[in-house]
Amino acid sequence: MPSGHAVGVRLAPWLAIALLSLPVASGLAGVIAPAFGWLPALGGNALTLVHWQALLQAPGLGRMVQLSYVTGLASALLSLSIVVLFLGAFMHTRLFTAVRRLLSPLLAVPHAAAAIGLAFLLAPSGLLSRSLSPWLTGWQYPPDILFPGDPHGLALIAGLVIKEVPFLLLMSLAALPQCQASERLCMARALGYGPLSAFLKAVLPGLYPLLRLPIYAVIAFASSTVDVALILGPTTPPTLSVAVLRWLNDPDLTMRFMASAGALLQLVVTLAALASWWLAERLVRQLMRGWLENGRRRSGDMLLGGVALSAVSLSVLLILGSLIGLILWSLAAYWPFPQALPQPPTLRNWMGAAAGLGDPLFQAAVIGLAATALSIVLVVGALEAETLHERPIRPGAQLILYLPLLVPPVAFLFGLVMMQVQLGVAPGLSVVILGHAIFVLPYVFLSLAESYRRLDPRWAHLARSLGAGPARVFWRMRLPMLSVPLLTAAAVGFAVSIGQYLPTLLLGAGRISTITTEAVSLASGGDRRLTAVYALWQLALPALGFALALGLPRLLFRRRSGLLTPV
Amino acid sequence: MPRPSAFRVVMASLTTMLAGVFSLQAQALELDDWSSVEAKARGQTVYFNAWGGDSRINGYIDWVAQQVQSRHDIELVHVKLGDTAEAVSRIVAEKSAGNLERGAIDLIWINGENFAALKEAGLLHGPWAEQLPNFSLTAPEANPEVRSDFTLPVEGLEAPWGKAQITFYYDSARVETPPRSMQALLDWARNHPGRFTYPLIPDFLGSTFLKQALLSLAENRGPLYGPVSEADFASITAPLWDYLDALHPHLWRGGRSFPNSSARLRQLMGDGELSLAFTFTPSEPAASVANYQLPPTTRSYMFDDGTLGNVHFLAIPFNARHKAGALVVANFLLSPQAQARKQDITVWGDATVLAMEALTDRQRQAFESLPENPATLAPEALGRTLPEPHPSWMERLEQAWLERYGAR
Repeated sequence: MPSGHAVGVRLAPWLAIALLSLPVASGLAGVIAPAFGWLPALGGNALTLVHWQALLQAPGLGRMVQLSYVTGLASALLSLSIVVLFLGAFMHTRLFTAVRRLLSPLLAVPHAAAAIGLAFLLAPSGLLSRSLSPWLTGWQYPPDILFPGDPHGLALIAGLVIKEVPFLLLMSLAALPQCQASERLCMARALGYGPLSAFLKAVLPGLYPLLRLPIYAVIAFASSTVDVALILGPTTPPTLSVAVLRWLNDPDLTMRFMASAGALLQLVVTLAALASWWLAERLVRQLMRGWLENGRRRSGDMLLGGVALSAVSLSVLLILGSLIGLILWSLAAYWPFPQALPQPPTLRNWMGAAAGLGDPLFQAAVIGLAATALSIVLVVGALEAETLHERPIRPGAQLILYLPLLVPPVAFLFGLVMMQVQLGVAPGLSVVILGHAIFVLPYVFLSLAESYRRLDPRWAHLARSLGAGPARVFWRMRLPMLSVPLLTAAAVGFAVSIGQYLPTLLLGAGRISTITTEAVSLASGGDRRLTAVYALWQLALPALGFALALGLPRLLFRRRSGLLTPV
Repeated sequence: MPRPSAFRVVMASLTTMLAGVFSLQAQALELDDWSSVEAKARGQTVYFNAWGGDSRINGYIDWVAQQVQSRHDIELVHVKLGDTAEAVSRIVAEKSAGNLERGAIDLIWINGENFAALKEAGLLHGPWAEQLPNFSLTAPEANPEVRSDFTLPVEGLEAPWGKAQITFYYDSARVETPPRSMQALLDWARNHPGRFTYPLIPDFLGSTFLKQALLSLAENRGPLYGPVSEADFASITAPLWDYLDALHPHLWRGGRSFPNSSARLRQLMGDGELSLAFTFTPSEPAASVANYQLPPTTRSYMFDDGTLGNVHFLAIPFNARHKAGALVVANFLLSPQAQARKQDITVWGDATVLAMEALTDRQRQAFESLPENPATLAPEALGRTLPEPHPSWMERLEQAWLERYGAR
């Protein structure tokens, strides 16, 4: 009789592929067909290239593409450098522990909320300028300076970096134990390498492969983000993703053909950014080989350490400043420039929002928990199958896993809604949960996969030689040993689910209202006070998730410290 | 000649469409017998898709939900949209997938380009609006604006709900004499660089500003009220581009960046970055002062030669599942009680579409006892309304603007 474990392992990969491939295929079809002129409901009955011609003639298209491509790569490069330098310079120090404590609240801030906060912090009428005015600057009214929204996208890159640094740091924390970072570091230090050189030469070559997928996700997200770019990005022209959203939302329904072509172009831009990164990886590996082996014990450790410290402090300060800005706005009545603090503070905004909050918070939590649980089960099942058969998931299947991250969701969801209607599935909670799982699963997978794969197989061999069957090895050995990365992956998945706006709205036909749908529709009305209250509530849920993910193992495994991070 | 395959596809979709029409007729509602509609509506759940960005509007819709629950046993669910296009997308997707009777949207708040698009694509139910018992209270003969949406004949496909008109507002602590015409606005901007702007095209309010400027600057307004294809676009719009070329260097951020939406424009006023702005909702400045979003010294006014105004409407998608319920709700929203409450500045402040002379004395009283606020526009200032140009102008103007200023 096959055990539950065996059946689960056999089914999980197929279920995961089915959960993703069907919606992704119909989602893509929903983009590709209109891009080439096919959308009978709007009178598109023949294949044509005119929509591509229209797209190529869109004013500023070249700049849009360039902006998306450059911000995607630049923000990933900056975030990765900051994280690597910081880990190298400060692993095993007290500062490192302090930053790790800050990680869960930082991670929990939704991208849009961080962007709103950052915009308020740095704008000419923002918190920074208020606290210096008029005593230092002499400004009675805000100066007319083009930032954020600068034409080069610097504010946009900054906004992405302050969110990606905590994400990559979290991914590194989960991966460090898997690549024996501590042992390698100790060894290199014993051989006389400076702390940063030891990390760069001995740990990074093992750590980087574990970070590769999360970095690809960062590039894909950064090159196609809509909400951050809307708030911090330039407007004449905007990034390609924002332009696509505008075309899709244009009241002239025939614009949807061109929007679909634009969405495909966005996909190409994202793929191009990923390909460029991949090539750069190869190049760096070739170029750095000599440096790795040259035996030099120090290479600018002090200087780079200083750079790392200031970069990390700056990004932590910026995101904390954004959070403080949100909190201040949530307590403000009329708050004119250049008052640095709202006077007097009021709880009015919180009281006003309190009545309507319970239900959306509960709905968001239910959907998030269900989608995360589903994704974890499927991902663990798929990875377990891979481990048992000692055969990696086929590249085609891997691509399917990542497609939901690559295709701009605005375009993709239209096809998804069409499929939902065609199948006659009534909009409701279960469809929304499945829809969230499409976006949660890839993140859970990329958070967990490398840690799962790199778990030393000798543990399993040992357990098997002691007489344990595969199921027992899985439940008693593999799961407990992987509890840190598992919980981390769950927290990331939960946060991703909480952040979903369009899938909730479209698949639930707007009938499922979560804290995020409420927050986004209120944000469109521009009342910063109420938006701040909702954004703070919105980050409370994932913050709780991250706090549990980082705190639970320390509580449960007090006596098994080897399972915890070694740093 | 269409190729046979394409032809077959067209025929097939035509057949499906016709089948849809017939099945709709089969369950058609007896609009002449209103009590039968009310009976059918009882117990229905109506999904009202309306922009959810304003907590006051949301509060008003909550009140409506309570009222229709107790009066008509209808459960009204407010589906809060960030953008009306999200609902339009859904209707298109449902039609593409062949959902002709069980649509998820029962009632939708729209006007202008969205209406034009849905009407042209045949995605609206109706005609029904003129058969609503309360429609006659709008006195449509005397107020033809309730029968045309951006010059497009409504033809009973949507019911009027409220009125909007471009209203300028300024911070009286910083501005003594605000500009009262387009030409004066240019001079004012020269003297107050960086303190005025308009939302990025194609935001609704931004495009409306273009139309306002064009109406003020055009030598002959006639062609603006016909389709743009029949007019000499270049020569009619030349004064507009000259004007914008002169204005842009004096705008906020030197015209190199624009706020994304009308909400963002108001935020910039609240932050003190601007000292003059405008809105499409005459009551918005006063309401925003009460809400602590704008300085207490905010005052509103209109241009001397009038500003652009229009009516916003309620429509029912062709495949709405609860049409009877949607009709009853639309009729309630047109009732004197609901309209008076909507016009109350402490509730929402959206101007009524009802004609005072069509109401009884008792019905009128509800409107006369409404509270006021210093930032409110004096009632006599309203009224010089310039009608909207033909909707085709908006698209062309937006395109031309984006080509000129959208990428620099």
